Amino acid sequence: MATLSLRGVRKSYLAGTETIKGIDLDVADREFVVFVGPSGCGKSTLLRMIAGLEDITAGDLLIDGTRVNDVDPASRGLAMVFQSYALYPHMTVADNMGFALKLAGRPKAERDAKVAEAARILQLEPVLTQRPRSLSGGQRQRVAIGRAIVRQPRVFLFDEPLSNLDAALRGQMRVELLRLHEELAATMIYVTHDQVEAMTMADKIVVLHAGRVEQVGSPMELYNHPANLFVAGFIGSPRMNLLPGTVGAAAPGGTVPVTLAGGVTVSVRPAQVLAPGSSVTLGIRPEALRQAADGPFSGAALLVERLGGMTLVHVTLESGETLVAQADGNDPIRAHDVIRLAVDPSVCHLFAANGLVLSQAEPPQAKPGDLHDLDAMPSLARA
Amino acid sequence: MQQSRLKRVLILLAGWCVALLLFFPILWMVLTSFKTEIAAISTPPLLFFRPTLSAYAAVQAQSNYLHFALNSIVISVGGTVVALLLSIPAAYAMAFHPTRRTRGTLLWMLSTKMLPPVGVLVPIYLLFKTSGLLDTRIGLLGIYALMNLPITVWMLFTFFREMPHDILEAGRMDGAGTWGEVWHLLLPLTMPGVASTGLLSLILCWNEAFWSLNVTSVNAAPLTAFIASFSSPEGLFFAKLSAASTMAVAPILVFGWFSQRQLVRGLTFGAVK
Repeated sequence: MATLSLRGVRKSYLAGTETIKGIDLDVADREFVVFVGPSGCGKSTLLRMIAGLEDITAGDLLIDGTRVNDVDPASRGLAMVFQSYALYPHMTVADNMGFALKLAGRPKAERDAKVAEAARILQLEPVLTQRPRSLSGGQRQRVAIGRAIVRQPRVFLFDEPLSNLDAALRGQMRVELLRLHEELAATMIYVTHDQVEAMTMADKIVVLHAGRVEQVGSPMELYNHPANLFVAGFIGSPRMNLLPGTVGAAAPGGTVPVTLAGGVTVSVRPAQVLAPGSSVTLGIRPEALRQAADGPFSGAALLVERLGGMTLVHVTLESGETLVAQADGNDPIRAHDVIRLAVDPSVCHLFAANGLVLSQAEPPQAKPGDLHDLDAMPSLARA
Repeated sequence: MQQSRLKRVLILLAGWCVALLLFFPILWMVLTSFKTEIAAISTPPLLFFRPTLSAYAAVQAQSNYLHFALNSIVISVGGTVVALLLSIPAAYAMAFHPTRRTRGTLLWMLSTKMLPPVGVLVPIYLLFKTSGLLDTRIGLLGIYALMNLPITVWMLFTFFREMPHDILEAGRMDGAGTWGEVWHLLLPLTMPGVASTGLLSLILCWNEAFWSLNVTSVNAAPLTAFIASFSSPEGLFFAKLSAASTMAVAPILVFGWFSQRQLVRGLTFGAVK
């Protein structure tokens, strides 16, 4: 069992300027939690505060219900994998992995057994007697993970562990980490700036921005129901298309026309009353756009990115804005073709001028008790 | 092509000239030590002569070389060890836990080297006299350790700063306390830097003459005092003086020769990276 809770955690290096601005978070046992956000959002600082490498200025950090703010890093029962791997260059792979146990004064037989077990899990047996500098990047990464495994920590912390690897290896290590999470049944907290890593690995994603939590939820919750413009723009690749517009007078039947630049109007069904004339932002996922002869958006294909399974079409609208639409892999479209795009208004996202989401009356795939329950919306704003 | 070869030869020649110029006094000292006193002062100076060990014999008859050599070894090694023991924690603190005042502290330490030693001779002499440290090995050892502290702290600080913080942090996560970090990780990984710092300190201690001449006389006198004892009021005996100097510098020269790689690294620290 290992649970971890943050209660109003804050960090300021200089009095008056906060890097972490009050974070509340619960990590359940065996959960794989990913902190994601652009660089400088405070995700690594937060991880280092959990690890004990940075002091917590205010708030409480609880591990299994016990406050550990003032417990030294090693006694918190956590293990960390660093972005640079931080292997001990003067020790062999086996010594690197057994270092913590050696410091703890465990008998050699026990150390050897645990190192051998970790080496087996990570397929490091052939290199146990080598020094880190003779290993490849992927092997070094695995040694760093092995060093964490050997300690049998309550929680694993990963600080952008894959960012030094090439793309192919990164994909492979991603799978390996997930397999490891399964095999060890451990609680893991993982920091990355890469939203693809977050989407593919997380049980729960914590989106951080400027020292605050923007939204917490499962990958698909965040994808389908972003709480604000930041999350909408950050989660999902290619990005959601965000188009500024103006609310018109409500039509009978509850629909409200939103007029975008260039005069295109999309009728949405907001759950609350919108003042005519107020500014909103319409968010459209690339896969929600489809080519249709009668579609309201028309423009020339600026760029056609063929990814094999799908094709991304960057379209410059007549109003000058650029939309990214997802098309079939074999779609015959070519650059400079003029196309028309249509969208189903019910799958559009609507954001108020302050960036918060305005839910639609009947969102697709809405389940009872969904986070984006209409009444829950205002409080979800900056949860 | 022709031009560049000529240039290379010229540079080579110039290099040799500078090297010879620097080395010449030592060479001449060694040559003179194998001459008789008459040959040593003859004009024009003799380049070819019948070598003799008479000067060495005379030096050894007049004073006990081993006594001075032992003092030099004890004081230099001791002073260096003490300096390292004090400067390793100091440099660790400044390199890994810097504060707003770290820079100022370092500069202040360096500034103490700008004061000529003679400026504090009288107070230190009086302190030594009162506390019975005059002509003791421990007294001179203390002075040497403190004298070199600014240099050793600076050098170690520079080496430690190149050490990735992550590795120490990984050690902290693994349960190494501050001393564990220093002992298991920092020192093994910066050993070349620590070694060259120690070497430099050793050489500076070995060659230091001002304090050794002023606060020692017989019991704790190191080799620098041994050399000085051969410049007597009756006149300079160049052969004997040279023999004494040769004997005094020989150990550290041999030592320096074997450790020159470390030394070069230490002396050019920060310059090449």
